[in-house]
Amino acid sequence: MRNIFNYIDRPSPVHRLTGATKLVCLLLWSFASMLTYDTRLLALLMLLSIPLFALSKIRVRDVSFMLGFTAVFMVLNNVLVFAFSPQHGVSLYGTKHVLLSLGGSYEVTAEQLFYHLNLVLKYASSIPIVLLFVCTTNPSEFAASLNRVGVKYSVAYSVSLALRYIPDIQREYHEISQAQQARGVEMSKKQSLFKRLKSASAILIPLILSSMDRIEVISNAMELRGFGKNKKRSWYMARPFTGLDYAAMALCLALLLAALWLNHLNGGRFYNPFI
Amino acid sequence: MNEEIIRFEHFGFQYRAQAEPTLYDIDLSVRKGEKLLICGPSGCGKSTLAHCINGLIPFSYPGESTGRLLVGGRETKEQGIFQIARTVGTVLQDPDGQFIGLTVAEDIAFALENDCVEEPALHERVAKAAGLVGVDRFLAHAPEDLSGGQKQRVSLAGILVDDVDVLLFDEPLANLDPATGKQAIELIDELQRETGAAVIIIEHRLEDVLHRHVDRVVLMGGGRILCDCPPDELLSGRLLSENGIREPLYLTALKYAGVEIRADKHPAMLTELCLTEEDKALVRAWFHSVPAAEVPPERPVQLEAESLRFAYANGHEALRELSLTVREGELTAIVGTNGAGKSTFSKLICGFETQQEGTLRFAGQDLKELSIKERADRIGYVMQNPNQMISQVMIYDEVALGLRTRGVSEEEIRPRVEETLKICGLWPFRSWPVSALSFGQKKRVTIASILVLRPQLIILDEPTAGQDYRHYTEIMEFLLELNRRGITVLMITHDMHLMLEYARRAAVFSDGRLIADADCAAVLTDAETVRRASLKETSLYLLAQRCGIDDGRAFVRRFIDYEREARGI
Amino acid sequence: MKKSPVVTIVAIGIGAALFFVLGRFVAIPSPVPNTNISTQYGLLAFMAALFGPLAGLLIGLIGHALIDFSYGWGIWWSWVIASAVFGGLVGLVARKIRLSDGEFGKKDLLAFVLAVVLGHAVAWFAIAPVLDIVIYAEPANKVFIQGLFAGAANIVTTLIIGLLLCYAYAAAKPKKGSLKEEK
Repeated sequence: MRNIFNYIDRPSPVHRLTGATKLVCLLLWSFASMLTYDTRLLALLMLLSIPLFALSKIRVRDVSFMLGFTAVFMVLNNVLVFAFSPQHGVSLYGTKHVLLSLGGSYEVTAEQLFYHLNLVLKYASSIPIVLLFVCTTNPSEFAASLNRVGVKYSVAYSVSLALRYIPDIQREYHEISQAQQARGVEMSKKQSLFKRLKSASAILIPLILSSMDRIEVISNAMELRGFGKNKKRSWYMARPFTGLDYAAMALCLALLLAALWLNHLNGGRFYNPFI
Repeated sequence: MNEEIIRFEHFGFQYRAQAEPTLYDIDLSVRKGEKLLICGPSGCGKSTLAHCINGLIPFSYPGESTGRLLVGGRETKEQGIFQIARTVGTVLQDPDGQFIGLTVAEDIAFALENDCVEEPALHERVAKAAGLVGVDRFLAHAPEDLSGGQKQRVSLAGILVDDVDVLLFDEPLANLDPATGKQAIELIDELQRETGAAVIIIEHRLEDVLHRHVDRVVLMGGGRILCDCPPDELLSGRLLSENGIREPLYLTALKYAGVEIRADKHPAMLTELCLTEEDKALVRAWFHSVPAAEVPPERPVQLEAESLRFAYANGHEALRELSLTVREGELTAIVGTNGAGKSTFSKLICGFETQQEGTLRFAGQDLKELSIKERADRIGYVMQNPNQMISQVMIYDEVALGLRTRGVSEEEIRPRVEETLKICGLWPFRSWPVSALSFGQKKRVTIASILVLRPQLIILDEPTAGQDYRHYTEIMEFLLELNRRGITVLMITHDMHLMLEYARRAAVFSDGRLIADADCAAVLTDAETVRRASLKETSLYLLAQRCGIDDGRAFVRRFIDYEREARGI
Repeated sequence: MKKSPVVTIVAIGIGAALFFVLGRFVAIPSPVPNTNISTQYGLLAFMAALFGPLAGLLIGLIGHALIDFSYGWGIWWSWVIASAVFGGLVGLVARKIRLSDGEFGKKDLLAFVLAVVLGHAVAWFAIAPVLDIVIYAEPANKVFIQGLFAGAANIVTTLIIGLLLCYAYAAAKPKKGSLKEEK
């Protein structure tokens, strides 16, 4: 059940990086890809993730399920953007090169296609790195990493508790919904929306109210073992930084600085080949 | 004598939200190296007493206290919950609630992490504690890969990482199968000898705790200590039965035979019990005097499972070649360890999952033809925890839910719900919210909400889990009453007493197969079955051996028959 | 219920786990792509009313981020932040509701409705689309229409599920001396 997050344990340099390093790299990389719309940098980020995947011994097969989700999401979003705003590219880049007229305001322009290319690159530059993070970071190390990058340890531990109890709650949801189905509660599409919601609540109410009782037991267990005693805490899963960690962080920082520098150079977030 | 570690002086406590105190005038002293059992029925105040010892009271549950309570020589009020935790380590009842780490190692390390213990001491101390309780091979395992007994060991390791003076166990046997419970009691005993700590066990399963030596038993009732004495003394008196605690079965048998129980006979442990030749003769005479009960006539087959095979999506093979027949009007127990396939079997019957091979027939009809909802009209399923089934605020609505979803008219629903409420003894509460009921009454509501659909067979998952003797008896007598009305009952259970007393027959599952299907006396006296299904031999069998009765199985059968006769079953 | 800072920490963890399970496995697909009629906001509103704004904020943040992580489509920050803001706002506006004492009267109902409507309006009509434009440079009319639909659908489902939860929870705290057995 823990592989909901698809952690794949393989010996590789990427796995050897501490969780904190990978978290910092993920954040720097994501910010770089979020801040810029420079086509060249986005393409570089996308291409860079290919050797990283090879290095971490994660195969396409391992993540095909997640890539599938992403592909659907990406196509739908592009279709929506085009349907709502076919001239978005024109307004962004300031020129208009019509390639094909579809009637009304629906024209295919070079600017719009270029914008769509950038939109796709935006995903393609940030998603692989998230997948890589998920596949190579042991969930157990995650809370310790959050704490290391400055998140309060109590909040970091909330995340750990969420990861700990997701499988339990998932199983409980499954059992409750089966027992309620036997009593005739169903959420099938045949029913009206209101009825579906009422059926959903017949499952959710027992699930959520019994989880409230659980909160009390868990907090007792934590207090009895000294949670909240000190301003700091140590972590069993924490590991010391090595040279590799510093190198990885430096690389990602360089990418972020490159993004900022390109934004400065382009006089905005967009790289404009049309002028 | 060892130093005193806990001392209650005229101690009383009242929760802020409650009108009456929960504890009155408690005087109790515990020394290092002592082993104490605290027992009493639900609501007697034993859990509150435990909360006082580990500091949850007054630091997490506010209220008014009177008198004094010293832990480690200082008043708890003047310490904090964290300071008290240095003296007292607590293992709670709920194995999943207290397993807070993502893996075994992290959970054991939890207290050390909070103390900012750094490497390499952190890993060393975790490894040492894991070794003490024998979970060192599972350090990287997630909780869902462990059995209940293993989870409990992890919790125990989690408090052993610190050198505490008191080990406090809150109902340690509640979630374990009989054999694992026996091992837990043995482990606690060993650890006490190794660490020299005082051990306090809160538990109402007296016979199971007395599997190993206990210095004193404290019996509580109505918020007071009724008795604080060595177990031999308590067992020779009448206080136990008067306060709704079940005495060991072998003592019940001895009493039926007319043997006098005195403290000097050491009744606390069967292995140390002194029986004179006279006593043994009395037992033998009783054995021969009880007539064998008539075997009821065979009734038509109702449920028939043939060569069921089922594997979950993750590849786990839960059932392999399982066949079982249930006849109309039977009351049968399904027993076996966690993962033996008991729950999977009930899921297949209800249609929550579908077998890959084999057939299931109910009253001659192949169940494959029926949907989950249609099966539920014939076969009811009651979950272990009533809180997981109840979705309505009012009792009436909860019972009516299944009829409403089936589109039955309100005029027709009313008489059916009212009739069901009467059968289930819930008529006086018909206009109450469910939340105002006790746990046992809620269980009845969930059974009522199934009965209202008029099933011919009901399956109950651990019907009495977590209940004290009085509530347990209440629930079971109710199920018997339903059974007398002609409803077939299948109970999935760990509880040996439950099975012995109420079920005619036991189906024993092990590793996805049926390894025994016989009357309960036969199952519980067969060493091989007992071992494979993680059960425990009943003490009655051992008593028979000690009294020179060769046919131990017949002795157990006589005992069951005699009890049933006495209770009119 | 007992009160201690640790309870809030645990409530955040369990709340995020519930948010995850509901969001991941109980979503009812809607006619507009990329947008689900989600049941998890009813839970979030209920927990925010019960445990306060900080808990609401963090349950939304952690729960939503975990859902995104598990799908692998990257963290869609604009929507994650919108969920967090919704939780925080409900906790803030609904903090007068004494749900933990088992009270949920007419006034509390109004406060809860107000909190949910305000929270969703801010989150989906403002925060999410504005962030979509700022971070991803998506066209304005697309993101605002998407937000409008998501917000409206969320208001309806959150009110139905959230109110049912609040009533069920309040009713589960019996008031002493109010019940009598009937013959």
